[in-house]
Amino acid sequence: MSWFKRPENEIEANAEKRVRTEGLWQKCDGCGQFVFKPDLEANLQVCPKCNHHHRLTARRRIDSLLDPDYELVDLELKSTDPLNFVDIRPYKERLEKARKQTGLNDAALNAVGTLGRHHVVLSVMEFAFIGGSMGCVVGETIARAIDRSLASARPLIIVAASGGARMMEGVASLMQLAKISAGLATLDDRGLPYIAVLTHPTTGGVTASFGMLGDLNIAEPGALIGFAGPRVIEQTIRQKLPEGFQRSEFLLEHGMLDAVVPRAELKSYLDRALDFMQPPSQ
Amino acid sequence: MTDQAAANLEDGHAGAEPVTAAWIKTELARHPQRPYPMELIQRIFTDFSEIHGDRAFGDDPAMACGMARFHGEEVMAIGNLKGHSTKEKVRRNFGMPNPEGYRKALRAMKIAEKFHRPIFTFIDLTGANPGLAAEERGQAEAIARNLREMARLRVPTIATITGEGGSGGALALAVADRVLMMENAVYSVIAPEACGSIMWRDAGKRARAAEALKITSEDVSQMGCVDDVVPEPLGGAHVDAQGAVALLDAKLQWHLSELRAMPLEEMIARRMSKFRNIAQFYTG
Ligand SMILES: [Zn+2]
Repeated sequence: MSWFKRPENEIEANAEKRVRTEGLWQKCDGCGQFVFKPDLEANLQVCPKCNHHHRLTARRRIDSLLDPDYELVDLELKSTDPLNFVDIRPYKERLEKARKQTGLNDAALNAVGTLGRHHVVLSVMEFAFIGGSMGCVVGETIARAIDRSLASARPLIIVAASGGARMMEGVASLMQLAKISAGLATLDDRGLPYIAVLTHPTTGGVTASFGMLGDLNIAEPGALIGFAGPRVIEQTIRQKLPEGFQRSEFLLEHGMLDAVVPRAELKSYLDRALDFMQPPSQ
Repeated sequence: MTDQAAANLEDGHAGAEPVTAAWIKTELARHPQRPYPMELIQRIFTDFSEIHGDRAFGDDPAMACGMARFHGEEVMAIGNLKGHSTKEKVRRNFGMPNPEGYRKALRAMKIAEKFHRPIFTFIDLTGANPGLAAEERGQAEAIARNLREMARLRVPTIATITGEGGSGGALALAVADRVLMMENAVYSVIAPEACGSIMWRDAGKRARAAEALKITSEDVSQMGCVDDVVPEPLGGAHVDAQGAVALLDAKLQWHLSELRAMPLEEMIARRMSKFRNIAQFYTG
């Protein structure tokens, strides 16, 4: 695009006004520069200037990984608000608002389809739905993805993006960690592939269950990944955390990830990994 | 559940907030005279012989595992350690295990599995340690692995939440055939203080948060998230430890004999099916 051949400062100077007037520019969370939105969109929300990976919606994620003839499944589940939870607002209202905002019933979306050379079951979390938090519906949706994988003997891929368990569903949401991890034990016993893809951010009970249980655990660059949130750790140790702490590259360095894979290469990486995981032909 | 375990430590003041029944239970569960997991293990089992270390990094002082005898039968007993004195509390990291603690526990469980011995776990912790080093060593991975491996252990497993069942750090010892909760224990996805500070932006709302989270043994069992509640003597386990031990011992014996009566494959299938169908609070 010719836009980006202009001197940087010219864009900087004009952009703020354009955001308000035209809405065609978006300030990059990585480099702080203004990026032409259609370019960002065409580049799967990765900044063309600094390679910062912005969030992708669950639906766009599925589009980016599966061939177009995929099928969305397990869409009908809805939370019954088991605790009848009310803080400063009723949980039911939060759910309703999140449903309107995202067009989804909850924070996980299952799809079956083909990824390159492989038929797969794909489950993708939607961070925009109450921070991708995992309550009973997310737990059951992912458990159904595991069931589908078991029934069809197809590989499972889960793309995580979550702040952890959904506290508004209390201990019932905690049980989802056990539900999914037990399912993954069965999947493992059957020798079926499971790849965990961790995206920004993945913390709490999601990391501490299926996020770390893949045959391969891979992450997008720069994603925040951890058990405890950075704020909590800072409060506990009473000091500032080092730069890059709990980011993908930090986890890779500490032996917690198999690879950090840029979004543009994710599909081909998964395709290649699934080649390896296929049962040898007789 | 990310921001909870530690907000417990910062704690706010309850101020004029009304006390709730769930908060009274929380204080009972945290009562300093309440018998801690290791005291229960010492009273219920004989010949406890501790085994140490995760074979990778170290030996977590917040977790104890050992061979023991339960009414004469060889078993593995596992519990987290809290400590009563300030010095002991610090040494035990206030009962919050590090990754090596969970890995040691899993190692002990695998030994028990190899020799066909039942496993008992006793849990009373605010949460897994939320620290810098814990993250570096893979707290999330350690917990995740325990969840998956416990689910498929080929021996009877009985977990008891004896005080605080703090989120993933508790669950990492509680994916068991039978999960029991002592009457005055609490089991929660997040500490009430942390829930208060996140949802009400005020840790002082802990009593209200405790109520909203439905963390008492009665509520948790009603939701089907534990299998049985162990009654405590009048006033609670802290006023009559020996009485509490007798009641717990009877329940443990009963559940173990039930599991013993089942063919192994059926026991494992039932465990898997229990967790597959747990907490189904949805329509559609
Ligand atoms: Zn940028």
